[in-house]
Amino acid sequence: MKGTIRVDVRGETCPVPLVETRKAIRKAKKGEVIEVTGNHAPSKEEIPMAVESLGLELVSVEEKGDEWKILIKIPGGGDG
Amino acid sequence: MADKVTLIIQSGYYDRIYSALVIGTGALSMGMDVSMYFTFFGLDRLKKGKLEKGPLSRMNMLGLGKFMVKRRMKKANVRSLSALMDDYIELGGNVLACDMTMEIMGSSLDEMDERIITDHCAVGTYIKEARESDITLFL
Repeated sequence: MKGTIRVDVRGETCPVPLVETRKAIRKAKKGEVIEVTGNHAPSKEEIPMAVESLGLELVSVEEKGDEWKILIKIPGGGDG
Repeated sequence: MADKVTLIIQSGYYDRIYSALVIGTGALSMGMDVSMYFTFFGLDRLKKGKLEKGPLSRMNMLGLGKFMVKRRMKKANVRSLSALMDDYIELGGNVLACDMTMEIMGSSLDEMDERIITDHCAVGTYIKEARESDITLFL
C-alpha cells in the first residue's frame, strides 16, 4: 500500500514496541498509514491505547498465532 | 496543554534507572510530556559513560547479581539503558540535573553527558512542573 510505513517489532519486549510505534507516528505525514507487526502480547493492547491518547485512527488489529498486526492512520491528507 | 509526567531520580541503582527510562519512554509514547529530575545518587548516572554503571538495589553481590540480571535481560532482548536513553531524548524527554547536588558532590556540568542533559535547575523548577503534572514519581 502506498504511503504505508512498516514497523517490525517482532521479538522485541517492553517498552520497545510502543516506543518504535511512537517514533514512526512522529515521522509520518498526514494521511499515511503505519503498519506495526509484533509478538509482544501486552503491546497488542497498549499500542491501541496510545493511538487513542494521541487522537489517531486505529484502522485494524489482526492476530495470527502469536503475531499481531496493527494498522494506524494519521488523520488528514485529503481523503480524510 | 499535553498531559505531563515528572520523575525524581534520587537513586543511582541500575534497576531504578531502568524503571525511570521505561516509564519515561512509555509516557512519551502515549503522547505525554516527561521531565526527569536527577538528584543525589541519581545524578552520578548522568556523568559521561556512567549511565549503565549503577549496582542493583538488591542482591548485587559485588556485581555478580548484576551480571546475571544483565545476561537474562540480553536473553529476553531487553533494550539497553543507553539505547532507552537515546529513545527518550529522540521522543523529546527532558533531563534536568540538580544544581545543589552538583555543588555538594563537587561535580560540575563539564563531567555530565551533554548529549543527555537538557538543563540544570533547583527545586522551584521541579515544583512548578510537578504541580502541572498528572503523574509524579520518586525513584
